[in-house]
Amino acid sequence: MIEVRKLVKRFGLKSVLRGLDFQVEAGEFVALLGPNGAGKTTFLRILASLSRPSLGDVRIGGYSLPAQASAVRRRLGVVSHLPLLYGDLTAAENLRFYGRMYGVADLNQRVDAVLELVGLAARQRDLVRTFSRGMQQRLAIGRAVLHDPEVMLFDEPHTGLDQDASNMLDTILREVAARGRTVVMTSHDLARTADLASRFDVLSRGAIVASVRRGEIETDQLPRFYREAVREA
Amino acid sequence: MRDTSHIASSTPHSQTLPAIQSSPFGAFWRALWAVVWKDLAAELRSRELLSSMLVFALLVILIFNFALELDARERANVTSGVLWVTFTFAGTLGLNRSMAIEKDRGCLDGLLLAPVDRSAIYFGKAFGNLVFMLVVELIVLPVYSLLYNTNLFLPGLLLVILLGSIGYVAVGTLLASMAVQARTRDVLLPILLFPVVIPVVIAAVKGSGGFLQGIPMDEITPWINLLIVYDVIFTAVAFMVFDYVVEE
Repeated sequence: MIEVRKLVKRFGLKSVLRGLDFQVEAGEFVALLGPNGAGKTTFLRILASLSRPSLGDVRIGGYSLPAQASAVRRRLGVVSHLPLLYGDLTAAENLRFYGRMYGVADLNQRVDAVLELVGLAARQRDLVRTFSRGMQQRLAIGRAVLHDPEVMLFDEPHTGLDQDASNMLDTILREVAARGRTVVMTSHDLARTADLASRFDVLSRGAIVASVRRGEIETDQLPRFYREAVREA
Repeated sequence: MRDTSHIASSTPHSQTLPAIQSSPFGAFWRALWAVVWKDLAAELRSRELLSSMLVFALLVILIFNFALELDARERANVTSGVLWVTFTFAGTLGLNRSMAIEKDRGCLDGLLLAPVDRSAIYFGKAFGNLVFMLVVELIVLPVYSLLYNTNLFLPGLLLVILLGSIGYVAVGTLLASMAVQARTRDVLLPILLFPVVIPVVIAAVKGSGGFLQGIPMDEITPWINLLIVYDVIFTAVAFMVFDYVVEE
């Protein structure tokens, strides 16, 4: 579903991604782990077509980036640590706006279903700026699944959430993934990703330096695996 | 913890795929009007952008009114200058704020993620900015008329104001979307914008002054033509380069 070969991204003279290779099969949930500055967000922004690769080949669902960016965007749902929502619009208005941008048919019914999905149906007429951070993040997930994308990209979705809100987010993440979507999530919170992902890739210094599947490692061995991968990079 | 059983009982992904309306031309207009609707709806609630532009514009013409004690002839000479200083500076405030709203909560990324021609986003933002600028101008004109005892409701003058505003907003929206990426965006926009927009301001001041001073039409026409040419060229340039300006 996602195929990346020899990806390089430079900002001026600085190379953030250095020949990165990455493949994800349909239906996989990949946790992309790495220290700050490893290039996780830059990589996700390239997958999301928000940033152009300097070199390399990126394909999502068979479509190439950046040449077929519009076809890729139609298949993508993106959630970042920022909500990407308008504070002066209500929850329903935000979803209706994004639904129009994506050309979702039967929009009102779809918005109702998504608000129900993320547990915000009762607050649909409230302005988003009155929402807690956890509620905004749930609505952000609603925004991202509105057009029912095949691939979902999560960039540090737990940032700024308290324990309860994070648990609630995890439940929604599991349900989103359980519907057969392909998920890539960046994080440096090993404990959270351990329960969610089916594969763990470590990104360090602009390249994938280690990869392991859930069945290949005990959950309690994951921190050691991560530390060693980063140290050896 | 929240009951999520309703989620689990929902139908799987492949069965719930919502239909997508996919005509490219239709998608362009739908996205454009969605952006306009969103900007107007958000502004009707917050009134952040219009109120700051309006307060600034009214303060400027009030200060000029006290600073310049003018007879009727001098008033006709300086009015176009005062008006366009007011419009351009208030416009810069609006352009900055309009793009800052998109940037602050990551909404610009949200817009850019949509599977539409990105020029639809540019035209939507530009149209919204034009509406805000015209609203401010429509309020400033009668106040100015009262303070300076000058009739500003001349069809020719209104046409120049409309054309000047279109040119200003066409360039301003493009440069604001560039400046908003920088940390120093508030300072950067005027520095980028004013050198580029000088032809519009000169043509608008000359054209407005011509109508206010009763100059023959054949002397004003070149300035109106310049405004039209500038509007067309910079709208076309923005259409072509917006995608590159907003992408990293």
